[in-house]
Order: sequence, then C-alpha cells, then structure tokens
Amino acid sequence: MELASLSANLLLVSFIAYLVATMFFGGAVKGTNSEATHQNNRWGNIAIVITIIGFISHLGYFILRWIATGHGQAPVSNMFEFTTAFGMMIVGAFILLFFIYRTPSLGLFALPLAVIIIGYASMFPRELSPLIPALQSYWLTVHVITAAIGEAILAISAVAGLVFLLKNIDLTKKSKQRFWLESVIFTLILVVGFILSSSTFAVIGYEAKFTYINQNEQQAQIVYNYPPLFGMNEYESLTPEKMTPLAEMPAIVNAKTLTTFVWSVATGIVLYLLLRLILRRPVATLFQPFAKKANSQVMDEIGYRSVLIGFPVFTLGALIFAMIWAHEAWSRFWGWDPKEVWALITWLFYAAYLHLRLSRGWEGKKSAWLAVIGFIIIMFNLIAVNLIIAGLHSYA
Amino acid sequence: MSKITCQCGHENPFGAVLCERCGRPQTEEAKKSKLIDMRYEGSARRSQTYKRSIIDKIWNFFSSVKIGVSIIVAVLATSAIGTLFPQKLFVPATTEVDILAYYEKHYGFAGTLYYKLGFYDMYNSWWFITLVGMLAISIIIASIDRVVPLYKSLKKQRTKRHVSFMRRQRIYGLGTVEDTDMSMAKAEEKLKALRYNVKTEDGAILAERGRFSRWGPYVNHTGLIIFLLGVLLRGLPGFYVDEALWLREGETRAIPGAPGYYLKNNQFILDTYSKEEDAVFSQAIDRVGTIVSNYQSDVTLYKEAEGGLPGESEQLELVKDYSIIVNKPLNFDGFNVFQMDYRLDELKSMTFQLTEKASETSLGEFTVDLINPEPIYHLGEGTYVELKDYYADYDGFEDGKPKSKTPIPNNPAFFFKMVTPAKPDGEMSFVAIRETVETELNDYKATFLSAETRDVTGLVIRKDKTLYILLLGGIIFMIGVAQGSYWNHRRIWIQKGEGDELVLAGHTNKNWFGLKKDLDKVKDFANLPLYEDRQDAESSSDEVKGDNL
Repeated sequence: MELASLSANLLLVSFIAYLVATMFFGGAVKGTNSEATHQNNRWGNIAIVITIIGFISHLGYFILRWIATGHGQAPVSNMFEFTTAFGMMIVGAFILLFFIYRTPSLGLFALPLAVIIIGYASMFPRELSPLIPALQSYWLTVHVITAAIGEAILAISAVAGLVFLLKNIDLTKKSKQRFWLESVIFTLILVVGFILSSSTFAVIGYEAKFTYINQNEQQAQIVYNYPPLFGMNEYESLTPEKMTPLAEMPAIVNAKTLTTFVWSVATGIVLYLLLRLILRRPVATLFQPFAKKANSQVMDEIGYRSVLIGFPVFTLGALIFAMIWAHEAWSRFWGWDPKEVWALITWLFYAAYLHLRLSRGWEGKKSAWLAVIGFIIIMFNLIAVNLIIAGLHSYA
Repeated sequence: MSKITCQCGHENPFGAVLCERCGRPQTEEAKKSKLIDMRYEGSARRSQTYKRSIIDKIWNFFSSVKIGVSIIVAVLATSAIGTLFPQKLFVPATTEVDILAYYEKHYGFAGTLYYKLGFYDMYNSWWFITLVGMLAISIIIASIDRVVPLYKSLKKQRTKRHVSFMRRQRIYGLGTVEDTDMSMAKAEEKLKALRYNVKTEDGAILAERGRFSRWGPYVNHTGLIIFLLGVLLRGLPGFYVDEALWLREGETRAIPGAPGYYLKNNQFILDTYSKEEDAVFSQAIDRVGTIVSNYQSDVTLYKEAEGGLPGESEQLELVKDYSIIVNKPLNFDGFNVFQMDYRLDELKSMTFQLTEKASETSLGEFTVDLINPEPIYHLGEGTYVELKDYYADYDGFEDGKPKSKTPIPNNPAFFFKMVTPAKPDGEMSFVAIRETVETELNDYKATFLSAETRDVTGLVIRKDKTLYILLLGGIIFMIGVAQGSYWNHRRIWIQKGEGDELVLAGHTNKNWFGLKKDLDKVKDFANLPLYEDRQDAESSSDEVKGDNL
C-alpha cells in the first residue's frame, strides 16, 4: 500500500506542476510582442522546466503504480488509469513539439487540457484493480500505450487548431464560426462542471441507496453519489432520509447515469452563465488575448505536423496491435465491437484530414476545425463508448 | 493528342502544366498565377487530361480525391450508426422474430426502426460492402493516376530551372551578393553537410533530400489493398475455419473443421481473486464483488493414427497436453483453439433407487448417464428398470407429451418402466425433478438419490490462412505511412541571375518550417540573399532569423 499512496502523491505533484507551468507560460506569452521574440524568454524557460518536472513526477506515478499492481501489465486497465496515462502522454507530446517549435502559446492551452483530463480521470474509482483474464497479456501494455501515445499527439493537433481559431476568428461579430468556437469552450466548461459537482458531493460523502427492477426483471441495488433527480425502474429507497427522486425512469434508462449527467450539465451551465454575466461577451474572448501572439503559420504547421507524427503511431497501436491482440484473446482480429469501430472511425477521420489537406489544400481554419473535431471523436471514443455504449471494452 | 514542346526544347506529354525539365509554366492559367501549384509537379495526369469516353469518366470519378474523401466520410458515418445499438452478433436471439422483439424490448421505437432499416446487421449489408469496395477502387485508381506522372517528372527534372518557375515558388528570394561564385560554392558545401543530394549545372544548384518520402502514400495504399484482398480471400473455402465446440469434462470429441483431430477435456478450472492472496486488490474486490482471475481448460490433443479408418476413435495418437487459457490458445497445424465460454456444474448423471412404496424397501440403485443413457438397468432377480424415453431439458407437456427444449441436461426427465418379479408387466412412471406422474397407482417408485455434475468448456476453433496476408498488408501500410509522414521531400534551387544577383527558391511537400530552418543555415553560411515565405504574412525572413528556428 506504501507504493500505491506514494504513487498517488506523485500524481498530485504533477497536477499542481502543470497548473503552475500554465501560469508561467501565460507570463511568457504576455511578456512578448510576437511568437518570434518569445523564443528564449525567461518565463518560457521556467515554464518548460516546471512542465518537465511535472511530467517526470507523472511518469513516477505511472511506474510506481505499475509495480504496485504486481500483475506485470502497465496501469492502463480501467478508466482512471487509462485517462491519467492519456493526460501524461498529452504532456509528453506537448514537450516533444515544444522542443521542435518553441511556442509557449501551445503550452498555455495544452497544459490546462491535461489538467482537465487528469481531473476527469480522478472522478473514477482509483483503487488498484486486478486484471480479468482477457486483459492478462503483454499486449495490454503494448496496445494501450501505443494507442494512447498516438491519440495524445493527435490531441496536440487540436490544441494548435484551437489556438489558431482563437487567434483568427473575429469574435466581435456574430458568425457561425464564432458560435462553434464558443460551443467548444462551452463543452470544456461542462467537463469542468462534471469535475466540480462530482468532487463536491464526494467531499460531502453523499450516498443514496435504492433497490430497483432491472431490464431482466430482476431486483438489483444501486448507490447514487449525487442527489437522485431520477429514480431507477420501480425503485425503493433504502436511505429514506435522503432526497426522493423527482421522476421514475423505465428499465431501459440508467437513471443514475442520467442523474450524474444532468447534475454535471446543470453545474456547467450555471458556471457558463456566471462567466457570461460577468464578462458580458462570449467566453472565448477571455482566452483570445492569450492566442493573439501565436504565429498562425506556425500553429497551422504544428497542427498538421502533429497529425503526421500521431497518425502512424495511432494506426499501429489502435488498429494493428489491437487486431493482433483481438485475434489472440477473442479469436478474431476484428469483431465490430463499438470501441473497435470508433477506433476505425477516428482513423478514417484523420485519413480524410490528410487527404483534404494534401490534395484539396484545406489549410488554416478548415484544417484547424478538422483537428478540433478529430479530438472530439477521440474523446467520444474514450468517454461515451466506454460509459454509454456497452461492449467488450467497458472496463470501468 | 500531340505533345507540348517547351521553349527549352523538351517534349512534354499532353496535359502538362509545368515543363518536366525546366519548370516553365505551359498553360495560360499557370502563366498568370503568382504561385504555382506544385502538387504532382504540374505533371500530366490522365484524369486531368482525358475526359471523353465512358472509361475516362469512370477513371476520373475514382481518381478524384473529393470522391475518395466522400467515400471515407460515408464509411465513417455509417459505421458510427452501427454502434448505436448492439449488432445482431451480440444479440442473444436466433430467429428474426426474436431479434426484432429484443430490439423492441430494449430500445423501444428506435430499436424497431434500427431493425427495420437493416442497421442491426450493418457491416454485412450489401451497401456497406459496396462502399468499402468503392473505397478500394478509388485507392487503386487515384494512386496510379498520380504516381506514374509524378515519378516521370521527378526523374526528368533538370538542375537548372527557368526563372519563371523559381519566381512562382512559395519560398523565393532574389538579391545581389558580393561574390556569386563564392556564395554558390559555400552553399553547395553547406547543403552537402546538411545531407542534401546536390547537383550542379551551368551556374545552378539543385539540392534535394528525402525524395523517397514522396512514394510513401503509394506504398501505404498498396498495403491497404493487400489487406483488403486478404479480407476478400476469407470468403474462399479452405482459407477460413470458424467452429465452436462444447466439451464436457472427461469427454473426447472430434474437432469440428479439423478432420483427424480429437480433443479431450481433462478439467475445466475457474479461479477468482481472493482478498487474502491478492491483498492490494481488496478494495476493488469489495466494491465490485467477485472478479475472475482465470478460465482454463486442461486438454489433450489426439490425432487419428495414419492408415486408421476415419471415425475410429480407438486408434488415436497423443499429440500434446495443453492448458488453454484466455490469451493463450492451443495451436496445431494452422489451427487455433480458444477459450471462449463455459458452463459450470452441468448434470452428468443421476442416481435413483427403486423402492417398493408400501414397505419402503430398496430393490437396488441405478445411475443414468445423462448424455448417453443406457436403455435398461438390471437390478438382479428379475428386477430391472427400462428407460423408455428421456428428455434432457424437460419443459412441460405439449399435446399430452413431454417435450425437451434443448439436448443439454438442464432439467432431465425420464419415462421409466419398472419391472419386478411381482409385477412382470411393469409399471410406467414419469420422473422429473420434483415431479412424478403415474398413469395408474404404482406399487413401486424410482426415488432420486444423488446427482453428479461437471463443467463444460466452450471452445472456438479457428484457422485463418489469410492472417499472413493481412499482416503483410499491415506492415507495408506502416512502412508507407512512416515513410510519407516522418520524412519530407525538400528541394532548394540556387541560381545565378543577372550580374551579381542570386536567385533562390525552395519547395517541400510538407514541414515548411524545417525547410526554412535548413535554408537559414545555408543562407547565413553562404551569405545568400534574403528570401520570403509568401504564405506567411505574419513574420518575414528577417524576424525569423536569429530565433533558433
């Protein structure tokens, strides 16, 4: 248990380091006039050093947890483990690209993304869990890590795309692009809403227990960690002193997931409205000044370059290694499992991105939008496919 | 179609936009443009040149990237729809009616619609397969349309390009230097140091690097086609075997799909994690409950003896003992046997006692094997029990007759004829679990004493000769995609202009940032004129300089 708690502390250290580094990157961007002049800015140098310290600490978390589980496979077998590892790889991918292009603007947006992702990961059960037979293979380590590295590099493309869009979209006038950019920011705020509401009730220690009748007409028990807005099918409360659900759902709906979802969205909306009320303009304008100093050409290039670097890695990890392992564990290399299909969708999407860019000259805004959409697909595969669409990959 | 002769004397194929040798624009459009389109080197592509016959039209349709991307997006979007609800494959129902009922029960109206539209078996639908087929055709045609002319023009390119070509490049610079010969010589030296392939001709330098990356897309497309071909081959008989085998403990059976091979199940094991032995996981075990740690079938593989008659299971030669676990299939002769499923505690046999009701005395015991029951059980002294009928999975009466749901002994029921010296004609009795039916009042009864159970393992047998083709396709794809992504084709042209002037131009298929970095090094070393990136309005060559870019 010693190792496990040390590992958890290291994760906390890296989380804080990323937050601090973000501020220094902010200082680096603020203190200069253009991308070209903030190359060897002192703030930027401090920021990257802190980022690297955070990354090493994060790596320490990963290795210690790997040792602590004792089952030999990398700690990437459930939602918490995979998502924190994904956050780590995003930071790693950022460090790689920072040393090619030396752009603090990228760090200013990539690190907060990593912070949100680690925060999101922490909302899942964090205890060490044993491996079910299907996962007992070195392919778990090989396949998941390669796929995650690929996805992380592709994510950097979306970060560069976002910076490009924030810089180049006129936020003073009403337009479709402004609307969609604001929607992206809104979605990020919803994730923050989920983290905030979930950790608030976790700190309070809220629990409401129910029995209900499930789809197969059998009685089952369920524990809510949020005040139950929606009740399960034919629910009966085991903790009557807690809130009574406002509405009962039919058996095909998981009312607990729905409750969590509604609470998160509501918190997110309140947060967003508060920001709007204080700012009296689109929230995207809050971030725009930080993107203004970036060089569009460089951001466009980073966006493209990271797809070029990430795409082969993703193909290798998420498709080829995946097929080899699937053949060994499930007797077929491809079975149209939702997770498999979404990996294929992600791959096809980036293939389309590359073709549009190479042959049809989709650069600049178009390319940036595609990169952002690509990241949404990756996150959909991580979140929705695991939690909503049931399949062989639902490990959390 | 006639050839186009350029001013430099080179004969270009009809349709060329730029001269293959000197780069002079050949079309009016190219002459007017400020920056020329360098894709495929302005070569004559079939699809851009011939547009008349029906074959031209089909060729042009499939060679278009716009069409290719549209097909990709169509495959992508339809694939996504298929994940909305589980596919037919994952639905625990076999008949169409049951499948429809399943979707209706679980997903309501949307489920019914999903079924009616055929999305429940999407990936096998004719239109999905057609889409993938079109994608394959598009990959082949679009690649051929581009790779041939690209190869030719890169082969024929001359070191010295015409000024009109240089002037229309994205990276372009013109200026006077102190000593042109000196600068040219130094530039050559530096470019060689940067591992460029340098050619000189009549006061002109062409430095080129990483041309092979241009073939990356065509290599990876070849890999994809090989992969799709492999998938296609699985439809042919003999290439692909996929069978299931349920094997009870102690049973030996012929392996379906693998003639001549037999498999014996010695034991099936299911292990779970325990909080004592796996203390680090105790929290997880508390939260989730039981977690399985291992599914395992200990088996023995046999082969029919050479020259033995097929089906003669006595003549078996031992091949090997093996423990099949998840992730470790049994391999033999190109076949793989996987641990896929199991049933615990299936009834193996039931033991009964024949009792005289009045005195409650036993006339003997008999055991019925539930898989291969014997027709008659002798208990001695003219006493025997005849098994008239057997229902392995008894499911009530239908039209006055008992019926069996499946051949698996989940709920066995028997028609016994009990014969004793006192009742030589015998008495009939229907015996099921917790149920005995007698046609008339009997003197004797068969009382259930005990049952034996055993586990059944569910195995899958696969043979896939296409796997190596698929793997080859995958490897070629990875080589191609790495070649095209991690290297880039950079070219730098430096020429003497009028007097002390030097002209410089650069092109890369991607990563302009890297090209500029190289160019800056050469420029500083050889004192070349300033250049500009005519697509970057925000920073000029001047600003870029000095920032370790």
